[in-house]
Amino acid sequence: MTDTVTMAHGSGGSATKELIENVFAAEFSNDTLNAMEDSAVVPASEKIALTTDSFVVKPVEYKGGNIGRLSICGTVNDLLMRGSKPEYITAGFILEEGLDIDLLKRIVKSAAETAREAGVRIVAGDTKVIDGNGGIYINTAGVGLLDPAAEDISAKRASDGDVIIVSGNLGDHHSAILTDRLGIDSDIESDNAPLVDIVGNLLKSGVEIHTLRDITRGGLATVLKELAESSGTCFYINENDIPASAAVKSFAAMLGLEPLYMGNEGKLAAVVAAKDVERALEIIRNSKYGADAVIVGEVKAEESRRGRLIVRTEIGSEREVGILKGEGLPRIC
Amino acid sequence: MEIEKIKEFLGSYEGPRMKIMEICGSHTGAIHKNGIPKLLSENIELISGPGCPVCVTPSAYIDRLIEISKEEGRCVVSFGDLLRVPGSRGSLSEAMGKGGRVKMVYSPLDILKLAKGEPATEFVFAAIGFETTAPVYAILIDSLIRDNIKNVKILTAMKTMEMAVDYICSSGGGIDGFIAPGHVCVVAGAKEFEAAAEKYALPFVVSGFTGEDILKTLYLLVKNRGKGRVINAYGSVVTYDGNLAAQEMIDKYFERTDAVWRGIGELKGSGLALRTEYAGFDAGSRELVEDIKINRACACDKVIIGAMRPEECPLFKKVCSPMNPQGACMVSPEGTCNTHFAIEG
Repeated sequence: MTDTVTMAHGSGGSATKELIENVFAAEFSNDTLNAMEDSAVVPASEKIALTTDSFVVKPVEYKGGNIGRLSICGTVNDLLMRGSKPEYITAGFILEEGLDIDLLKRIVKSAAETAREAGVRIVAGDTKVIDGNGGIYINTAGVGLLDPAAEDISAKRASDGDVIIVSGNLGDHHSAILTDRLGIDSDIESDNAPLVDIVGNLLKSGVEIHTLRDITRGGLATVLKELAESSGTCFYINENDIPASAAVKSFAAMLGLEPLYMGNEGKLAAVVAAKDVERALEIIRNSKYGADAVIVGEVKAEESRRGRLIVRTEIGSEREVGILKGEGLPRIC
Repeated sequence: MEIEKIKEFLGSYEGPRMKIMEICGSHTGAIHKNGIPKLLSENIELISGPGCPVCVTPSAYIDRLIEISKEEGRCVVSFGDLLRVPGSRGSLSEAMGKGGRVKMVYSPLDILKLAKGEPATEFVFAAIGFETTAPVYAILIDSLIRDNIKNVKILTAMKTMEMAVDYICSSGGGIDGFIAPGHVCVVAGAKEFEAAAEKYALPFVVSGFTGEDILKTLYLLVKNRGKGRVINAYGSVVTYDGNLAAQEMIDKYFERTDAVWRGIGELKGSGLALRTEYAGFDAGSRELVEDIKINRACACDKVIIGAMRPEECPLFKKVCSPMNPQGACMVSPEGTCNTHFAIEG
């Protein structure tokens, strides 16, 4: 096999077969996939959760992860947020001509390891090669089996008196990507992680969870504003409680960004009934990837403030915030 | 004085009405991030001034950048928030969609690497900003000379604050005091605003950017109402004379020039342009004086001198939004209209 991806690898002929066998099948192997049928046949209960997402991140490798791990985490976490147990994943790879085969192998290996960690099987896939400069894009779709006890978990369910928990420090993924793009030497690592343990433990415990959302692009502010609008309530968060590492805080300040709006790939917000909040917090803190979980605010049913997100500021005032507009670009001065 | 006592004073202030202007866009952002207006009595009104660099850049400048981006063998290099500023015929971002060549960078010095990597392309940096950014452009020119790099030019629309503040004080807007820009004063020194303070008998307080910094600054402004003085409340980083080395670097490469401020028009001696001996690095900056509004109802010109609040503009939230800005104040996160849009939700 050549050292880089060529157009022949997308021809459907022997080079394609070679690429699939040497790179993909070797890592993603399982009985369903190995059958190499046109589609995978899998058992399902009455209700399934279904989602898809595409991953176009650059750089494709960054501190703490790569696009392979990210593509599994993103889809697994979307399935978890509706209270489903992720079971099956499909993976479509669009490769640009010139892509280094060793790099592709690292990405595929990482995706396979992450899938094993999350307890999902990659049961179908696709590979295409296009003109370009050695880039890679991944689309994943996922199926999860709905936990009957979790059917009601949805964005609409946040209600008066609920408490908002965030599962850990914000802004790590966004900062890891930006420091790489800016050529800044930093120890900040992406938080990309499958949140199977946190959600599984919460569901098993029977605590009353009303809403779960992973905090990805647009950050916590965007997520909570959308939840406030969906549920017709007002969300209050305390600026002092918004969790971020010292490194991310200073990096964000330097660029004129706010952790509140920065992207993450391994954090969730849980809206929980007040009676269960201490137990929920303890469960999340004792789960993998949840050690730094904190309470950040609460939900109120105020008729005059329906759909709003209010930040209680450090100096004892309030400000209203909206969803991220534009791209969150650093300022000039 | 303790911060709680300052909050109590500002919240219950019943003295003569005070209209206070923050000149700097970063202060505008900090004021709203901290929810400062909610802590003030109705007799203290905060007005945002012309301190966002993209907001005061005239349309002809954007138009010229767009033309350059479409010229064979040339590439415009810019900061992110300049990309969406509307010129008279669209923005750089739109030009990119039509084949224009534009690169976004985080520091002007990033252009050195681009230029070395592509010697056949001429890279033109969009050099806007105030005293804060000017030293970096001086370092850029210095590096170009040192490394003998011939394929980089700058298109300047740099501004200095002194004359703009003089214009605002003399335009009858009724401002009673200024939160002086901390970042500008790091370079220019607290002395930058002494002449205006004395001439118009108005207090200027040089301020930092935390919520507490701003509350302390407001307290000092109210207490010094009617007194023509500059108080440095950001002494940890600002000195009376400023950063002399940075000032020398600016003076080495740039000289004062007349400059057009978007919406305001020409202000004598309020700009910085490359000195004649360095004209070889200039991409034709001095002719760019025209300022055509894309939407004639846009009131950014009144907003940046404090004569109108963003909410009073007929376009605000109707046809003008951060995703579809009709005027420059809606573009940058530091622009007054953009900030007010965010508060409104």
